Amino acid sequence: MKTSFIKSGLSTLLLAALLTGCSSNPVVEEQQTSTDIEDTSVQTGQVDTSAIDDAAVEVMTADTVFYFDFDKALLKPESRAALLEHSASLQNSPRNVRLEGHADERGTREYNMALGERRANAVKEFLVLQGVSPGLIEVISYGEERAAAYGSNDDAWGLNRRVELK
Amino acid sequence: MTVRIAKSSILSMLPVKLLVAVLLAVASPSYGELVIRVTQGNDQPTKIAIAPIAMGGIQSSEDISAIVEADLARSGLFAPMERRDMLAFPSSASEVYYRDWRLLGAEYLVAGNMRAISEGRYQIEFSLLNVSGQKTVLTHKVSGTSSQMRDLAHLISDKVYEEITGIRGAFSTRLAYVTATRINDVYTYRLNVADADGAREKLVLESGEPIMSPAWSANGKELAYVSFETGRPAIFRQNLVTAQREQLTNFTGLNGAPSWSPDGKKMALVLSKDGNPELYLLDLQTKKFSRLTRHFAIDTEPTWMPDGKHLLFTSDRGGTPQIYKLNIASKATERLTFSGNYNARPSLAPDGRTMAMVHRQRDTFHIASFDLKTGRMIELTETRLDESPTVAPNGAMLMYATKQGDRGVLAAVSLDAGVRYVLPSSSGDVREPAWSPFLR
Repeated sequence: MKTSFIKSGLSTLLLAALLTGCSSNPVVEEQQTSTDIEDTSVQTGQVDTSAIDDAAVEVMTADTVFYFDFDKALLKPESRAALLEHSASLQNSPRNVRLEGHADERGTREYNMALGERRANAVKEFLVLQGVSPGLIEVISYGEERAAAYGSNDDAWGLNRRVELK
Repeated sequence: MTVRIAKSSILSMLPVKLLVAVLLAVASPSYGELVIRVTQGNDQPTKIAIAPIAMGGIQSSEDISAIVEADLARSGLFAPMERRDMLAFPSSASEVYYRDWRLLGAEYLVAGNMRAISEGRYQIEFSLLNVSGQKTVLTHKVSGTSSQMRDLAHLISDKVYEEITGIRGAFSTRLAYVTATRINDVYTYRLNVADADGAREKLVLESGEPIMSPAWSANGKELAYVSFETGRPAIFRQNLVTAQREQLTNFTGLNGAPSWSPDGKKMALVLSKDGNPELYLLDLQTKKFSRLTRHFAIDTEPTWMPDGKHLLFTSDRGGTPQIYKLNIASKATERLTFSGNYNARPSLAPDGRTMAMVHRQRDTFHIASFDLKTGRMIELTETRLDESPTVAPNGAMLMYATKQGDRGVLAAVSLDAGVRYVLPSSSGDVREPAWSPFLR
């Protein structure tokens, strides 16, 4: 959660080029031009992360990660038992939960953001259908930005197409 | 800051130079422009000789002619002559013996010299000579400070390239991109800006939470991007000169895919506050949002057409991700791509006709170009997991993100697929390049 901030004084400088004539041989075809360089220096921005709180950690016995097929947001049958446990637990002792949707690295990043959200919403809808108050559930997509497994292969991709309940 | 440094003496310039050296040593030990590998070039590149600029005793850490050579070589359209093969180093047109250069096979020659024009400011006068025609086709002067030697070199490249090819040079442009590292489960995301050749990398923003989707403003002075620093995705804009930043969106759900309008007054973006991802238009003056799409499918990745009246975007409303065109006034949409089951992330060339996109072919993801008039598609890349195409403002090359081993790197390909090069990463995963507009 640590966020740092670097500020550097490196700066490109403003200048103006001089427009002057060039010595020329009359036979020579010639253009007399010059170019200005504008100030296009780059400064570093600052991130304020005071708004970020680490989520409270609770011990859960049921699975908290649910997997999906490529470009799909359909819950798999094997996710059902754990999700029923979570819905019972959330109804008995309500608490705020976060559903983080993820995609594998294939495909485009913003489309994968949408896909991650769609997956997290599929889990949310299941929980709400079981009676969990929608107000307890926050959905957030990380797209392909937070891989659980590294590597460009089917195993890694399968582990990354997921929703994490936190 | 600019004025203070510009007015300072040579002595007080020293820390700036040191900082440059430190940044280069730390951030890019392999020094971008010298290690770019041109993996494929034009069949018959123009043979050009860039004589070393006569420095007139002026000390500079930059080899200006070498930078020009690297620029022109990277375009794939030129084959610069090796310096050791040159018989003479003329500093101006009057010192040129055309016969020598003709015998060496050079079609063009660049000769120039530098002189100090005031305290800390230098001018390069250079000429481009047509060897067979035995004439000077261009004489030009560029000037700057000792910290701007690379800028001056790129300006020379721009002029030479445009004079010979008829296409405006884009060597003085910049790239924005995101790097990500993960060390012991600590993530660091960085938004960087560098010269188009990868040199002079500069940190724009660093965060432990994801940074995504950098997009240039039309004037090249600002970037919009998505940052998760609040714990959720939000769109920010940031002025590159002042580092002043502003959070533009803070809605429940997705806040993503910002795209600045050609007139700089509006931004197309994606919000899912209504339940699923839709395109919105943000008026940057009034801060009012207006909804553009209304569909239960995913609508995302908007990009402006040069007319400022249409957007291209990705939608899976037809069952798979495909590219659509939206008329902003009438809200009418039209599907453009039909070939394949995954076409996404449109990026338009400045001609408004050639579109680059991510295209899935037999389970791999390539960059393809798509002609909006004829519907003809050309696969430009052969690697897999290629994404985030961004076309140079002169339309000659496009940059994209790909993988080398398990590492994300940036690569470039010409829009006719004839020229390719790779920008090796200095550290971590490099991704999401965004090519700046012309900056001057």
